[in-house]
Amino acid sequence: MAPDSGGFGRLGQQTRAPGSKPTKPLHDGSRIAVIGAGPAGSMFSYFLLNMADSVALDVQVDLYEPRHFCHRGPAGCNHCGGVVSESLVQRLATEGIALPDDVVQRGLESYTLHMDIGDVEIATPLHESRIAAIYRGNGPRNSEPLDTNSFDGYLQQLASDRGARLIQQLVTDVRKEDDSMRIDCADGTHQNYDLVVVASGVNSRLARSLQNLAEEHEAPALTKTFICEFRLGKQAIRETLGPSMHVFLLDIPRLEFAALIPKGDYATLCLLGDDIDDELMDRFFSAPEVARCFPGGVIPRHVCHCYPRINIRSSRPPYGDRLVMIGDSGTTRLYKDGIGAAYRTAKAAARTVAFHGVSAQDFREHYWPLCRKIDADNRVGKFVFGVGSLVQRARFARRGVLRMTASEQQSDGPRRMSGVLWDLFSGSAAYTNVFLRTLHPAYIGSLVYNLVSANLPGRSARPAEQPRGGPT
Amino acid sequence: MATLGKDYKDGEVIVRQGEAGNCMYVIQEGEVEALAEANGREMRLRKLGPNDFFGEMALFGTENRSCSIRALGPARVMTIDKKSFLAGIQEDPSLAFRIVKVMSQRIRDLTGRLAEYEINK
Repeated sequence: MAPDSGGFGRLGQQTRAPGSKPTKPLHDGSRIAVIGAGPAGSMFSYFLLNMADSVALDVQVDLYEPRHFCHRGPAGCNHCGGVVSESLVQRLATEGIALPDDVVQRGLESYTLHMDIGDVEIATPLHESRIAAIYRGNGPRNSEPLDTNSFDGYLQQLASDRGARLIQQLVTDVRKEDDSMRIDCADGTHQNYDLVVVASGVNSRLARSLQNLAEEHEAPALTKTFICEFRLGKQAIRETLGPSMHVFLLDIPRLEFAALIPKGDYATLCLLGDDIDDELMDRFFSAPEVARCFPGGVIPRHVCHCYPRINIRSSRPPYGDRLVMIGDSGTTRLYKDGIGAAYRTAKAAARTVAFHGVSAQDFREHYWPLCRKIDADNRVGKFVFGVGSLVQRARFARRGVLRMTASEQQSDGPRRMSGVLWDLFSGSAAYTNVFLRTLHPAYIGSLVYNLVSANLPGRSARPAEQPRGGPT
Repeated sequence: MATLGKDYKDGEVIVRQGEAGNCMYVIQEGEVEALAEANGREMRLRKLGPNDFFGEMALFGTENRSCSIRALGPARVMTIDKKSFLAGIQEDPSLAFRIVKVMSQRIRDLTGRLAEYEINK
């Protein structure tokens, strides 16, 4: 093996000398540090320990997390809208991980699309709750003790029960030392490991220090989002929002996606777009379509808010020798299903480590293909959201979309527009899959018909019989 | 408290033998029984509880349901779509590992019961 020069300047590059072994497999007693016990870190630990057990490999996994997820407000929160997508709920159930009732704040079974020309509810054909609204921490700031539990806390417990050692320490630095990785903690202690897994997200100080250390490492591109919590009470939520996630398609520049997610006594509002600022928020909160979703048509003061940054372009490459970045720290999906991407990258990294090794070569061959696949899909996603922005700006297009969706919801026929919107809102399907479905001749034909029908003089944007809401 | 899946009442049939199927189910809460029906009689094959799954054969083939599943008391069950499952194992074949493991245990159990039946016949 070629001697390591240290540092992160060679992240992802070919590190082996000709004729040397391409992999660095783990062995009994190997030590692995996982930095961050969010979904990516905890799921990596859980899956790695399961896989190691299946091949009779005895490894030590240390899971570093300074926060206690049982705390309410920012101290225990991971700053996220808190939706576990339909596809992830199913995959976790298949894995034998059934989300407990006290972790699920509300089971969602529909999406309601709000536009200036009307609204339409898109229900799942099975009428079954398969989307989970959760809290990453233990609820908003100053909330009363709840009979519920944190999603991140649940996954952390799962990893811990499987054998991961939880270390309540803040990691301040990671560096390469000869043939191991060294991590420094805030209390002045340090430890050496055979592998470091970075799962600290993009909002931590460590993410910034890794960026400074990495000469040829391209850090993820970020954008600012806005998340806030409204206390509405269970009954008001049941009466106004129901078991539905409310999505807004409004003509507001730079706003890509806005959703109101009902959870227990609270509702979480999530605004995603190109650097959310006060001007954008003012326009959003003054929209009558937003006020209509709240009891009495009045938007109350929010009780908790944050401006987390999200990853909109992966770090490149998200691995190095004895180092791998997973979840938001590495690669995630554009705007949607971040927890699903955390699951996918965590499991791909765990498979690589358990069955191949921890060298840059191992990660390039067995982990990087998934990241590239997500990246490629995100490029299609960017185009799809671009088309969505055009629809947001064009009233005639909004009328066509509303009419086509409402017609489909009233009939038992194919749900082409409903399916596209469902997968786009929920993040349940790849953006490429969503895009390809919009090229289907039947989809295009139906869209053209509905665009014409909804925009003829004197015609409503909704079909004759309406399941809910009124014509506009 | 909030829940995922769909609620079934005591005695409600979730899956009927002979019907076409294109999904698997995972029990979230409660118990169900798997029943084989033949010549107007039914026989309980097994009882299943939380986190157990059934209907998995529909994910791998196109044959009709091999047995019926009935709720034993109130039960909550989540559907796993065939399309979603197959897309998942394309990316991550290990997703099928737990199912294969349980199917293998069930074959072992049925082989044992068949041998016992043949010996005692």
